[in-house]
Amino acid sequence: MAEAHPVGFQWVVEAKKRGATVIHVDPRYTRTSALADIHVPMRAGSDIAFLGALVNHVLSNELWFRDYVLAYTNASFLVREDFGDTEDLDGLFSGFDPEKRTYQTETWQYAGIDVGADEHGEEEKTTKYEQKGTGHQFGSGGAALDPGDAIRDLTLQHPRCIINVLKRHFARYTPEMVEEVCGVPADLFTKVADALTSNSGPDRTGAFVYSVGWTQHSVGVQYIRTAAILQLLLGNMGRPGGGIMAMRGHASIQGSTDIPTLYNLLPGYLPMPHALEHSTLQEYLHLNTPRGGFYGSMPAYLVSLLKAYWGEHAKPSNDFCFDYLPRLTGDHSSYPTVMAQIDGKCKGYFLLGENPAVGHANSKMQRLGLSNLDWLVIRDFSLIESATWWKDGPEIETGECRTEDIGTEVFFLPAAAHTEKAGSFTNTQRLLQWRHQAVEPQGDQRSDLWFIWHLGRLIRDKLAARQPDLGDASLDRPVLDLTWDSPTQGRYDDPDPEAVLREVNGWDAEGKAISGYTDLKDDGSTTCGCWIYCGVYADEVNQAARRKPGGEQDWVASQWGWAWPMNRRILYNRASADPEGRPWSQRKALVWWDETESKWTGGDVPDFAADKNPHYEPPPGAKAADAIGGADPFVMQTDGKGWLYVPSGLTDGPMPTHYEPHESPFRNSLYPQQSNPARQVFSRADNLSNPSPGESGNSDVFPFVVTTYRLTEHHTAGGMSRWLPYLAELQPAMFCEVSPELAQHRGLTHLGWATVVTARAAIEARVLVTERLAPLRVGGRVVHQVGLPYHFGPNGYVTGDAANELLGLALDPNVHIQESKVSSCDIRPGRRPRGPGLLRLVDDYRRRAGVTITTGDTAVTAPKADTTEATST
Amino acid sequence: MTTTSDVAARAGWDEHPPRMGFFTDTSVCIGCKACEVACKEWNGVPDDGYDLLGLSYDNTGSLSANTWRHVAFIEQSKPFGPQTTGIDEAPTGDRDEVRWLMSSDVCKHCTEAGCLDVCPTGALFRTEFGTVVVQQDICNGCGYCIPACPFGVIDRRESDGKAWKCTLCYDRIGEDQTPACAKACPTESIQYGPLDELRERAQGRLDQLVEAGHADAQLYLEDSADGVGGAGAFFLLLDKPEAYGLPPDPVVPTRDVRAMWRHAAAAAGVFAGLGVAAFVGRRR
Amino acid sequence: MSGAHAAGPGGDRRGRSGGGRRRRGEQMMVPKAEFSSYYGRPIIKKPVWSELDIGGYLFTGGIAAGSAVIGAGADLTGRPELRHVARLSSLAALGVSGAALVHDLGVPARFHHMLRVAKPTSPMSVGTWILTAFGLPTGIAGAAELPGLVPPFLRGLVGALGRPAGIASALVAPGVATYTAVLLADTSVPSWHEAWPELPFVFAGSALSGSAGLALALAPCEESKPVRRLAVLGAALELAASQRIEHRLGLLGEPYKEGSAGSKMRLAKKLTLAGAVTAAALGRRSRVAAVASGAALFAASALTRFAIFEAGVASTEDPKYVVVPQRERLQRRTSVTPS
Ligand SMILES: Nc1nc2c(c(=O)[nH]1)N[C@H]1C(S)=C(S)[C@@H](COP(=O)(O)OP(=O)(O)OC[C@H]3O[C@@H](n4cnc5c(=O)[nH]c(N)nc54)[C@H](O)[C@@H]3O)O[C@H]1N2
Ligand SMILES: Nc1nc2c(c(=O)[nH]1)N[C@H]1C(S)=C(S)[C@@H](COP(=O)(O)OP(=O)(O)OC[C@H]3O[C@@H](n4cnc5c(=O)[nH]c(N)nc54)[C@H](O)[C@@H]3O)O[C@H]1N2
Ligand code: SF4
Ligand code: SF4
Ligand code: SF4
Ligand code: SF4
Ligand code: SF4
Ligand SMILES: [Mo]
Repeated sequence: MAEAHPVGFQWVVEAKKRGATVIHVDPRYTRTSALADIHVPMRAGSDIAFLGALVNHVLSNELWFRDYVLAYTNASFLVREDFGDTEDLDGLFSGFDPEKRTYQTETWQYAGIDVGADEHGEEEKTTKYEQKGTGHQFGSGGAALDPGDAIRDLTLQHPRCIINVLKRHFARYTPEMVEEVCGVPADLFTKVADALTSNSGPDRTGAFVYSVGWTQHSVGVQYIRTAAILQLLLGNMGRPGGGIMAMRGHASIQGSTDIPTLYNLLPGYLPMPHALEHSTLQEYLHLNTPRGGFYGSMPAYLVSLLKAYWGEHAKPSNDFCFDYLPRLTGDHSSYPTVMAQIDGKCKGYFLLGENPAVGHANSKMQRLGLSNLDWLVIRDFSLIESATWWKDGPEIETGECRTEDIGTEVFFLPAAAHTEKAGSFTNTQRLLQWRHQAVEPQGDQRSDLWFIWHLGRLIRDKLAARQPDLGDASLDRPVLDLTWDSPTQGRYDDPDPEAVLREVNGWDAEGKAISGYTDLKDDGSTTCGCWIYCGVYADEVNQAARRKPGGEQDWVASQWGWAWPMNRRILYNRASADPEGRPWSQRKALVWWDETESKWTGGDVPDFAADKNPHYEPPPGAKAADAIGGADPFVMQTDGKGWLYVPSGLTDGPMPTHYEPHESPFRNSLYPQQSNPARQVFSRADNLSNPSPGESGNSDVFPFVVTTYRLTEHHTAGGMSRWLPYLAELQPAMFCEVSPELAQHRGLTHLGWATVVTARAAIEARVLVTERLAPLRVGGRVVHQVGLPYHFGPNGYVTGDAANELLGLALDPNVHIQESKVSSCDIRPGRRPRGPGLLRLVDDYRRRAGVTITTGDTAVTAPKADTTEATST
Repeated sequence: MTTTSDVAARAGWDEHPPRMGFFTDTSVCIGCKACEVACKEWNGVPDDGYDLLGLSYDNTGSLSANTWRHVAFIEQSKPFGPQTTGIDEAPTGDRDEVRWLMSSDVCKHCTEAGCLDVCPTGALFRTEFGTVVVQQDICNGCGYCIPACPFGVIDRRESDGKAWKCTLCYDRIGEDQTPACAKACPTESIQYGPLDELRERAQGRLDQLVEAGHADAQLYLEDSADGVGGAGAFFLLLDKPEAYGLPPDPVVPTRDVRAMWRHAAAAAGVFAGLGVAAFVGRRR
Repeated sequence: MSGAHAAGPGGDRRGRSGGGRRRRGEQMMVPKAEFSSYYGRPIIKKPVWSELDIGGYLFTGGIAAGSAVIGAGADLTGRPELRHVARLSSLAALGVSGAALVHDLGVPARFHHMLRVAKPTSPMSVGTWILTAFGLPTGIAGAAELPGLVPPFLRGLVGALGRPAGIASALVAPGVATYTAVLLADTSVPSWHEAWPELPFVFAGSALSGSAGLALALAPCEESKPVRRLAVLGAALELAASQRIEHRLGLLGEPYKEGSAGSKMRLAKKLTLAGAVTAAALGRRSRVAAVASGAALFAASALTRFAIFEAGVASTEDPKYVVVPQRERLQRRTSVTPS
């Protein structure tokens, strides 16, 4: 965190000064470790074994926060009888379909929910989500499952009670297993376990902070799930000083998931309609609207969004232009799109602030995709690799491609930087902060808002001119009817970003800014560009621009910027009070039920219906917020509960399971099942895999673990640092970090050169020999790990081979993120060959490792895996 | 040795603000180098070249005419106070714990400043804040200040032949602005303020750390009885100064200047004496 | 070396000071202290001065001073040939010295900024004023030796001022000869600073022997008796003082004995000794011997200055010369008064 979020890390330093115990779990001893109380070096890709053992420790030593867990989680729910756990099936769950490589998830459901009760029951829903493979879209909502009359056992005696299912599932995650799998000594594990549990409970809370060290894995989502289970068991959710903090990436990457740049989401985590299922608005709403929880008001959110898009054209009579929305036909995420380019199916591409030619895994594939386009529009500050690959990319050097054969027409447009335009950043904690323009952009530089808005304007003009007479029949209507009337300002007719923010906030029938999403209507009388942002312009004031210093206001600092939803700083903060509505402890009081006023009050904005009595029981048939009980804090969830077990919404299991990375030098010590069976693999000649033990091919050719990461001094693919002398000089060369032991083992010398090789490529890097990396004992033998920063590429003031040349594409099935945090490799002294010699070197490795197109594509390696069930039901 | 007498007054400022300075608490430095960059941005200091020095994560090396804040990275096989790390349990037998010390160095704005004392043009002067600043319109690049500094801070810039170093953001503090480096520091490792307050705070922090088990923690240049009369920029270090590239017992060279002149006078006398002696007495 | 350049970026590099030749007697003076440093990098900056400029400036300054004294002496004791060469040598040397100084400035055009202030703590400032005071009379005295070059209407005046000017310049000369020693000593360069008590005497001696050598080589034997004496006296002073530096300074004496500074120093001593002896023994009878010994002394004086310059620079390049003595000083202090 100190490395990549130095400014955020100041609060960790402050917490430490106040006595907090800081634990850093990382394969390397980093700038973060340097200030931690405990540093746990572990093998990359083994966190679920580590976290699972913590869960086991908490469960088997009865260290969990019983009152909290019983009342606020689904611990007492019963799981269906026909559910099969990894314990029974050698590491798979019931319902796996080897052909589709996906799970049929109905056996994961709560007992008592009668599948097929109505014509749109769980089965149909879940199976449809699977086809899209997008658990992601439940970003803040969980699946549209209807708990109905799920069976609970508040005595927690029943063997199929979720708490007991958990106990069985995690039983084999022992300290010894941690030592075996992670290479973490048992005593160190115990130290961590004690620190964590002794800092959780009514009087204390512990927090988890993670970022892409956890997400960039073929089981990335389940890493975070394991942490979620721990935090729920320890009662650390919805309470001050608790929670799970996702350190986000680019300054407003949180904002670009809330108002998404993702193909499968509409603003506010509303699912994108699917071509096959959502022919009508009614069908969409019926399928996606859960009965309970704040998503129960989805009709209001969606209709208000449609009104924001199409204004007066959106009427009840035409389903508010629901038909105008594009439809999903499958997986259109980044990597499949790149393959579509290579396969000639995708012909045009916009790169607005992205440098895939060095920044994305298997960057060769990225470049081959770009080389196969008709046109590419790239907006950036400088001529990054994604703008110049066609003349000086690695394939030109090796002779694989010739500039004259690349037909892509490249349009490079200079972009204005964040200092040259106003707008909002949404940070890690959902906090919107407004930035004012510091300087005018120079020359042809323009903001992206300017570009998109004027591009839209020109296209609309052209379309309008094309077929004036067609009227409503025109296929261009969705574009022509868009509300595209933002006021513009300044020398360059820049759309006014505050007007856009107001549009996002939305307004009522009188055109007055709405003050919160609870005021949104499904009758078309309100507009709202993103329901969770509703209120950011309350009282016609840009709430995100508030900058009252912390010293001059309450300790929650609610008057600094604006946090979604409703300016809440801590989500689910109802959980900071006990079921009766009293704070768990004075020390950790945040919001509580005020008997006399009979309303919720406290430091933060209560994340709860303000007047809902703690004893409120939802009447049968109650919908949306009304379906949430007075003691159910997790209001975004359909049942108001924190989910220890996820009956629906995940594509690779209801509980986290340790699987080896797609490429690993080790066998899975926990189960016969080697890796995540549902992981996305693309077995193609341009995406070969290193063999792992247990499959054909010789995994010893790639004996080391390699991980990639960031340096404080650089930013991501380098476009914002390799071109800035003041940053470039601070880390002027691509390097690899190795332990003295590995250096000796492979004859590497400090500041000398080394070549790192995988089945995809070989890159060279200067060697940094450091004791901050240490070999580990895993599976009874010593394993070395190689560290690679991923910021370098051939352009800029400081250059170097890109780490992403080495990585292949193996994705998490829920969110399609690449496994760029761990893979296997070989490392050798000296520089890499130039030209065709480079290809020969890599070919030689492939031959020795017996790499074929099918290497690594086996889904199921577990003999007992009961996959028949899936096909039988 | 002089104590921290009122340096500004000594320099002829009768009306002047309190002496301002830095307390750099290296125990919370995360080596983000924001200070280095902020300094260059604000002061328009040129880059220092793109060489990989490989001194851990330090590719700057030292303070210079083109680097007025320098962050040192020190990897040691010692425990970091009470910290536990699994590194020493590596299956290779001979591994100790590691610790990674980071520290942002800067001009010390000495009470007794060698650079200032020896400057023959008066380009170096003592500001009303008690800081030491080069007047670029006066410096003639004689280079005398450079070997005079006991810390190797000030240096001559190739491109313009003049001496450059930290100005303690004279232009900012004059406007009640925090110096750029301190402003950018996320962890308050660099603390700017009236020297007296900083010294109190530093003592408290030191006690904290020693209590927490940082045996080698020590204040550096905070003692007005040391060889430079204490400094306007002092430090809390977690190891011996020399481990950070700092002199363990710096002394301003001009401390002995009177004696030096006396010896020179004596030598001059001998010189004259011998000259006379050579000529008196018999011809041929 | 402190061993800092071993592989691996470990910051706390331990090195051993001393090393070098282990002759008896020397051993005790070279403390074998364990010391740590930051990757063995220098702690203080090495002077940016160019050796040729500043070494040359020190040397020629000394020659100018010594020659001024010789010129005045010769004038007062009626040795016209000797006076002639001495006054001209003084002027020429001063010219070179000043030129070298200005040439070494980062901004030569701003030389005159030196005259903005007068600071006793700044030997360079003091020196600038001394040189200014020295320059005018030396110039006049020199001009008096070259009437051909002086405009006719001034010849009378210059001729009349020759003697007083020569005497004036001789009176300032001692300062010129010795302030440069303070100039070096008044820095944080370990081997210069620690040598502050002796350096002025080395410089005084070297100035005398060097200038005497020059005069010896240029002036006729029958007039050169005083400069032969001066050569011997100067040489003795220089040798004694520099010997003392090398022994008293212990670890910091090392740079004067090692590397190119060391060999220059040794050669300088040999030449000084040889020059002085030859001058005393044969300088009176043989012109050849006089020229040879004079040249030797002159060269020796130059070598001494360059050696001292280099020794100082060398002492800035290895942190041990900063760390070890300062550590010892600290230990002494704390052992006396435990705090
Ligand atoms: N200076 C700087 N700051 C940045 C960025 C930048 O490029 N430069 N990028 C921004 C962006 S886009 C993002 S997404 C964030 C990312 O922020 P981070 O996630 O902090 O960035 P990384 O360095 O990629 O990964 C963090 C750590 O994960 C460790 N790691 C690798 N594999 C594993 C594993 O299997 N388990 C565990 N526990 N740790 C592992 C690595 O050693 C690394 O130290 O940073 C943002 N901030
Ligand atoms: N091996 C490996 N690969 C990784 C990762 C890893 O940890 N390891 N991390 C992954 C992660 S988390 C991320 S986020 C990606 C990042 O990968 P990319 O997003 O492809 O790389 P960036 O360098 O962040 O690209 C941002 C570009 O936008 C430009 N830019 C900045 N501001 C603006 C603007 O206002 N407008 C426009 N038009 N352009 C702008 C910058 O100059 C820069 O070139 O890398 C991923 N790839
Ligand atoms: S770069 Fe910006 S967002 Fe990232 S840590 Fe620094 S200040 Fe925060
Ligand atoms: S540290 Fe050096 S440059 Fe800074 S004031 Fe002291 S002597 Fe001068
Ligand atoms: S270089 Fe400039 S600042 Fe330094 S002493 Fe000479 S004149 Fe003064
Ligand atoms: S005070 Fe100003 S000049 Fe000095 S280091 Fe900090 S930023 Fe640079
Ligand atoms: S900014 Fe602060 S934390 Fe960062 S390197 Fe400088 S002193 Fe250390
Ligand atoms: Mo990211």
